[in-house]
Amino acid sequence: MLNDKGRPTRPETAEMTASPTFTGNRGLDQEEALIFEIGRADTTGVDLPKPKGARSRLGAHARKSPPKLPGLTEPEAVRHYVRLSRKNYAIDAGLYPLGSCTMKHNPRLNEKMARLPGFADIHPLQPTSTVEGALEVVAEVGRWLAVATGMAAVAMSPKAGAHGELAGMAAIKAALKAHGRDKPVVLVPDSAHGTNPATAALIGMAVKPVPAHADGTVRVDDVKAAMDDRVGAIMLTNPNTCGIFEPEVQEIAAVIHAAGGYFYGDGANFNAIVGKVRPGDLGIDAMHINLHKTFSTPHGGGGPGAGPVVLSERLAPFAPYPFVRMDGGRPVLVEDETGLVAGEQPFGRLTAFHGQMGMFTRAFAYMLSHGADGMRQASEDAVLSANYLRACLSDLMTVAYPLHPSMHEVLFDDRFLEGTGVTTLDFAKAMIDEGYHPMTMYFPLVVHGAMLIEPTESESKASLDLFAATLRDLVMSAKAGDTERFTQAPRFAPRRRLDETRAARAPKLRWEAPSPVA
Amino acid sequence: MRYLPLTDTDRAEMLARIGVADVEALYADVPLHERIVGLADLPLAKGELEVERLMSRMAAKNTVAGDVPFFVGAGAYRHHVPASVDHLIQRSEFLTSYTPYQPEITQGTLQVLFEFQTQVCELTGMEVANASMYDGSTGAAEAVLMAHRITKRRKAVLSGGLHPHYAATVATLSDLAEDTIVALPADPTGTEDILAAIDADTSCVVVQSPSVFGHLIDLAPIAEKAHAVGALLVAVVTEVVALGAVEPPGAQGADIVVAEGQSLGNPLGFGGPYVGLFATRSKYVRQMPGRLCGETVDAEGKRGFVLTLSTREQHIRREKATSNICTNSGLCALAFSIHATLLGEAGLSRLAMLNHEAAIETAEALANLPGVEVLNDTFFNEFTVRLPVPAAPLVEKLAADGILAGVPVSRLLPGAGLDDLLLVAVTETVTADDRAALVADISAAL
Repeated sequence: MLNDKGRPTRPETAEMTASPTFTGNRGLDQEEALIFEIGRADTTGVDLPKPKGARSRLGAHARKSPPKLPGLTEPEAVRHYVRLSRKNYAIDAGLYPLGSCTMKHNPRLNEKMARLPGFADIHPLQPTSTVEGALEVVAEVGRWLAVATGMAAVAMSPKAGAHGELAGMAAIKAALKAHGRDKPVVLVPDSAHGTNPATAALIGMAVKPVPAHADGTVRVDDVKAAMDDRVGAIMLTNPNTCGIFEPEVQEIAAVIHAAGGYFYGDGANFNAIVGKVRPGDLGIDAMHINLHKTFSTPHGGGGPGAGPVVLSERLAPFAPYPFVRMDGGRPVLVEDETGLVAGEQPFGRLTAFHGQMGMFTRAFAYMLSHGADGMRQASEDAVLSANYLRACLSDLMTVAYPLHPSMHEVLFDDRFLEGTGVTTLDFAKAMIDEGYHPMTMYFPLVVHGAMLIEPTESESKASLDLFAATLRDLVMSAKAGDTERFTQAPRFAPRRRLDETRAARAPKLRWEAPSPVA
Repeated sequence: MRYLPLTDTDRAEMLARIGVADVEALYADVPLHERIVGLADLPLAKGELEVERLMSRMAAKNTVAGDVPFFVGAGAYRHHVPASVDHLIQRSEFLTSYTPYQPEITQGTLQVLFEFQTQVCELTGMEVANASMYDGSTGAAEAVLMAHRITKRRKAVLSGGLHPHYAATVATLSDLAEDTIVALPADPTGTEDILAAIDADTSCVVVQSPSVFGHLIDLAPIAEKAHAVGALLVAVVTEVVALGAVEPPGAQGADIVVAEGQSLGNPLGFGGPYVGLFATRSKYVRQMPGRLCGETVDAEGKRGFVLTLSTREQHIRREKATSNICTNSGLCALAFSIHATLLGEAGLSRLAMLNHEAAIETAEALANLPGVEVLNDTFFNEFTVRLPVPAAPLVEKLAADGILAGVPVSRLLPGAGLDDLLLVAVTETVTADDRAALVADISAAL
């Protein structure tokens, strides 16, 4: 069963890879039941004093029956979650080449700093006189981001990349409105992340697509052709999702600026260019920065992220509440109109409180550790590693856009698998059997069977060499007709391929107690 | 540089293999005149010791909640988190894994999300929950958009008991989407007549209970009125521990429940990262924002979990998606789920009652002070006090004495004429000595 992008969603039934055991475990690969199957209503892993039980101010609102939450004692809970953890792949355990996700090493110093009680155990609504050190961190991280991007201001509160995009586009919408322009249209290239058109649509801006050129870039001539009176902004990822630095980015900026519009730069791929070129110098007006990508905060199984958005001089007045302004060397927190100075006109508020402080402290530890020199070196190493893998693989795998050097990630398409009976998905699953997390697959949408590989700067040369050798072996195997190695993969993971079609057709989204036998 | 494994020899060999003279050649598409040689305004690399020193000095400037009598709440609460929670979330396999796009090697994260979704359903009394939002406030804004999609109407009514930051977040997103908001005036006494604001154009009514002023709100008549005109009830909970003691919104007719989950498993952390809980009725699941984890089987027929119903999401639907949300708050959801598992229903009920009793004792002690009035008949672990003096300077003075007394309402609603109101939160972490210190210091300051 295939979806409309040619991606299989239902596996063939597989043969068992090993004879069954009594427990279902296979050595260190242990099965683990749900907490609802092993927990008990009267069990708790937290010792608390007994309430006196005499008084209540709940009125008529007391809960009639307790929530059905099974409890586990501490040893049982620790075992449950440790066993579950071992079913996950992680950067700490191996190369994680997910393109556009920047799975770099997460320094443990970051974790230690984030847990200092002076950062972890302070309340967002304490008197600001009692949290000046925290406000300084917010201001300092903002300053580093502004310097690194060459921008005038930064809004720190967005909670993740897509939220930062929302902040940047909202600032653009507010600026356009201030110039009397309603109902603006946004140009979005076909190669963009899905969040770009979704963000524009969310705030009532119509999306007009711009085709990707045959070499994987966006051309100024195509942008010019798409321009009309209504266009108020363009959203462009640079380096783009094909792993290429847009060669005409400045010309594109000039076109949009000449029309009184704004340039939104998606900063997902900032890791390629820190200390090499500043987005502000390229004409970008707003760009979110995924702290969980470039600045090494942990991905945590899918969040939390953090998405501060840097803003040009023209957009800075529209930054949302709250923000920190340095005043005579001391940080001032502006939470509402009572704190504004002339010219500031925030478009509103995007979240309660001040943003992802726990991510700011981690990112700040990364910034201080690397320094200006280390961040530049990290970008160069990330780009070098991606191009090295490309050089090691380009005779066997098809580089989607060979005319440009890659930035920090290299994009292959599936032409090299033609006639082998092996799909991109099969190829990815075979990588799992070899002990690797697969690359980003079927994204970007502009090439067929995309495989986007981002090794990051965290890999040694030996690690890159082994990875390249592994992919080479897989390609040779596919070409030699050993399709079982692919179609049956993964064979050595905690689970074989999962049936996504079944999950979507009859969604089972929570545990239900088995119905009693009649 | 301790984080960069490549040596200069490696780099030279790699460049040779690529066939370029230097790394600058790989940046050939970057305009030459815009390339920079570094970031001159920023310092150079530092060792661990130096970074620790620098950041510890900054941390030391802040007053740590755990070091002082502490009564600050208003949407973020200080609870004791069992030691095993922070240990478990730092397991490499949870901490440094990504979104479970390859389910065969991320069953750990996926099973946790499935368990989390079930726990959220039980707590809120709802049928289906997603894998989490950024936080409660953004969840509330998304809930309003979802209600608009379901009802095909575009007007939301916000209770005056809704946390002002939540109301501002909802209003901002609604303003951007060009929808209408009717925000009722602040309701410190818990007596507003919200039913009168619901009409045939209303898409949803957003009500928080316990309200930001601490009042427990009877949601059932609001749900009834909303449903009678084809509108939805969005219930907001900012203190999730309350659900161990008070009737859940799902049992009172709520159609969407959003909650801030920080109280379980997650530190105050100056406001983030937190974890938004988002639950609804099964019939609305395809209009829900955010990630969902579902049960299925693998090719050998074994139970397993996958992200599902992703045709609602931005990476598939692009501009037609239900939301632009891409990530969830995975690690914070894990911390929430572990804490909830350690508590179980017995522990959560007990924890909730300990909070409630500590709050009652504090409220009564404060009410005994001359000129001080507690505005609440009902509350859980937070209530509103009317003082004979402005609250903000008093809080500032007590902070200088080493007591964090609560949140002045003027901090959340400047210029609303509520300067004499103070929000006081009391959790299980407050001791009898803390309470005595608060009462004595307020008494002395009046």
